[in-house]
Amino acid sequence: MKIKVRYFALFREQTGCASEYIDCSVDTAAQLFQLMAKKHARLKTEAAALVAINDEMTGWETPLTEGDEVLFFPPVAGG
Amino acid sequence: MKFSVSDTPIDVTAAKKAVADNGCGALVVFEGWIRDHNEGQEVERLEYEVYRPVAEKEGARIIDEAIERFGVSHALCIHREGLLELGDIAVVVCVSSAHRGEAFDACRYIIDQTKTRLPIWKKEHYVSGVSEWVNCEHCAAAVHATGEHEHEH
Repeated sequence: MKIKVRYFALFREQTGCASEYIDCSVDTAAQLFQLMAKKHARLKTEAAALVAINDEMTGWETPLTEGDEVLFFPPVAGG
Repeated sequence: MKFSVSDTPIDVTAAKKAVADNGCGALVVFEGWIRDHNEGQEVERLEYEVYRPVAEKEGARIIDEAIERFGVSHALCIHREGLLELGDIAVVVCVSSAHRGEAFDACRYIIDQTKTRLPIWKKEHYVSGVSEWVNCEHCAAAVHATGEHEHEH
């Protein structure tokens, strides 16, 4: 399954890239994050991190499908 | 536009006019300013990163929720992105309603939700030359538990 992964703010700095394509066989957004954390040693799980798929906020247990664009948001700090 | 992101200074007068209504006896405005300190560090300037496609969509949902939940007449929120200096306005929330009580409540709801739900990040540049992303992890936990912020920042 081909997925596009995008990183923002702290996560972008930790991975050294804004986006990448990956061919993987994970089921959920949470599993994808774990996989990417193995690839990028500096990418660390954050309890308050958020995830969006195809520009819609969603939960970490959401199943992924072929061609999804998964957005990893580190803890937010608007205002 | 109920929720918008701006890369230029926010026109607060125009924002207030946008919620004007002869049926409203109350206008509550919240302005978030860039402050010169945070958690013991002297702040020199601040940088906001916003992922607009999701922030605008989810921000509009927050405004709709506030109108529905508190029964106010009009509400809007404008958030800055880019590099901001001390004293600049980072965010403005305007709420108008028939009476003041619901306007205060809706305004508080909008700013609290904006801080925890939208893909907006801030990087503080300190006088010391160091800069770092502000991590709102403890705020998110507090809001999920109680619906309220336990501290200011």
